[in-house]
Amino acid sequence: MRRATQGRRAPPGRLARGAALAMLALACIGLTGCGTIEPWVKPYEREHFADPIMSLNRDPVSSVYMEHVFESREGARGATGGVGGGCGCN
Amino acid sequence: MQLTEVITRALGNARRSLARLRGAFREGTLLARALPAGMLLAGGLLPGSTAVGDVLPDDRSDVLYHRYQGGGITIQGPEVLVRKKIGQSLSLSGSYYEDLISSASIDVKLSASPYKETRKQKTFGFDYLHGKSTYSAGIINSKEPDYQSNTSYYSVSQDMFGDLTTLTMTYKRGWDHVERDIKQGGQIVNDPAFHEIADHRGYTLGLSQILTRSLIANVTYEVLTDQGYLANPYRKILILDPASPDKGYSLADQVYPNTRTSNAASIDLKYYLPYRAAIDGQYRFFSDTWGIVAHTLQLGYTHPAWKHWIFDGTFRYYRQTAADFYADIFPYANYSNFMARDRELAAFQSYTLGVGASYEFTIPRAPWINKSSLNVRLDHLMIDYSDYRNALLIDPRAGVPAGAEPLYRLNANVLQLFFSIWY
Amino acid sequence: MKSRSAVLALGAALCLALPAFGASSGKPAPQFELPSNSGKEVSLAQYRGDVVMINFWASWCAPCRQEMPLLESMYRQYGKRGFVLLGVNVEPDSNAANNWLKQTPVTFPVLYDRDSKVSQLYEVSGMPTTIMIDRKGNVRMIHVSYKPGDENGYMSSLMALIREN
Repeated sequence: MRRATQGRRAPPGRLARGAALAMLALACIGLTGCGTIEPWVKPYEREHFADPIMSLNRDPVSSVYMEHVFESREGARGATGGVGGGCGCN
Repeated sequence: MQLTEVITRALGNARRSLARLRGAFREGTLLARALPAGMLLAGGLLPGSTAVGDVLPDDRSDVLYHRYQGGGITIQGPEVLVRKKIGQSLSLSGSYYEDLISSASIDVKLSASPYKETRKQKTFGFDYLHGKSTYSAGIINSKEPDYQSNTSYYSVSQDMFGDLTTLTMTYKRGWDHVERDIKQGGQIVNDPAFHEIADHRGYTLGLSQILTRSLIANVTYEVLTDQGYLANPYRKILILDPASPDKGYSLADQVYPNTRTSNAASIDLKYYLPYRAAIDGQYRFFSDTWGIVAHTLQLGYTHPAWKHWIFDGTFRYYRQTAADFYADIFPYANYSNFMARDRELAAFQSYTLGVGASYEFTIPRAPWINKSSLNVRLDHLMIDYSDYRNALLIDPRAGVPAGAEPLYRLNANVLQLFFSIWY
Repeated sequence: MKSRSAVLALGAALCLALPAFGASSGKPAPQFELPSNSGKEVSLAQYRGDVVMINFWASWCAPCRQEMPLLESMYRQYGKRGFVLLGVNVEPDSNAANNWLKQTPVTFPVLYDRDSKVSQLYEVSGMPTTIMIDRKGNVRMIHVSYKPGDENGYMSSLMALIREN
């Protein structure tokens, strides 16, 4: 039986790479502040996002476990993180 | 033989795309015996990861009991999560998780024997807040008798555009040691002639965006690459074997590629309903160098009621195509470079329905606890395989030759019971 | 790998991010009139000659709630020396705020900016926002956000403005 030989890693898909570059570009714009965009949802209008029911990941102890249940039975993995969504209070 | 022709034709597509796998590495997430969690953690949620750009996560502790039951497998155990701020800028978190596995699944019954095993996992991490940036890092260690994995992660989260936007970048690195258990003198020990390693890297880009006063969106893109021993050393492939009249098939070892690269992109939208409830929808697209393409759709509804209660309902639909080198039964030995029969790589559709209830309360005798909650969650998971069959039902003499036995369908129930405190 | 160096470069760029700092203005504070928890309408103009501190807060904002008791002790200490503190609540529905005040009462006036007119007027860019206005009615300090220790900055600003005549 032939065994696979070591080789180079396959590159990520073109669509996916484009998405990544778009996000990086957005990040750079945000950081340099060029083209300052006025927040269209004012800090005093963000009360709903302070509500725990609007959290994208309300109980991490449970969501980490459920993700483990699915990932161990499926071929797909990744891109399930619930990040961000703050109330805007600093 | 006609059956051989049918199988060969069905695998025709797979043969063509197998050319893509030339120079591919091997990978070994996929379980059967026990779930190599380090590999699993390489993709997706990190324990305690609730990073928000400019606010540290709340101080809280959770104790959870989890139980999965279905397909001849029962996995249960505890999970404990603790998070505490030190000063104003640093948040520390740690967790302990156990899986007590009792497995008599159809894969185990086919080529091995039912077993019991325990997997233990520990994590430790920190989040450091500086202005509008949060820097996080941590380690995850998972141990079971035949698999050890370590993962480290590093993450930066940044608030932008008047705090409407949060951008997060994460890098993960994992190292696994793969062993194989054998019976030696009535005892189960690691096979001294078997020791493999697997290496994993992950890059995640996440964007959280407040769109309107009531709508928030989360977009995530994740690339994962694995190299090394990526197979499951216990599971076997089926090969059509007319020379064995009893069963009509023979078993052989799986052969996996040495590498795997996968891309996943997801979008999550959450909307606040004016009577105080939340509805959310998520879609994820996945594709990898093994030929698996998967779609995930999840809908959820959260409804608080009667001052102390919060109810949740979720529906999840998942669909995947099979890996290029997967087949339920191969027409002959050495059919192709790579061959696998792990059902995690098969083509299937999956439906999950979940409900949860949460009761919030305060403990007057412990004023240092701001809030507590008691939670229960039940999920019913159903997987409908389109090219994975229950090989235990092969019986050529009873008119069920190998390759014609019924397709497998899995039904499982997942229970979660947990208690949380905020302080 | 190309994407990895991009990731590292971006990571380095993010390290240069700076926290939000307040800035002095020197311009006249915009006038307003709002309903208050005393039942009467309260206007900024009636406090001309005093040092006025406006604190924009909401019951759903954790740092705001954390800050309130400290503002209360500041007000109790200096309230009779020509200093007034106005707590402007920005919530369209005042019930949550009033419920919270029942548990954590304050003695300084609480004003209700239910339609966000005053928040827009003062270009509130974060929660909470604290503004110090001198005896002549000019804005002298704007501080966005609250972290324990910020009250020292309020105190030094207050001391300086009280000494002015």
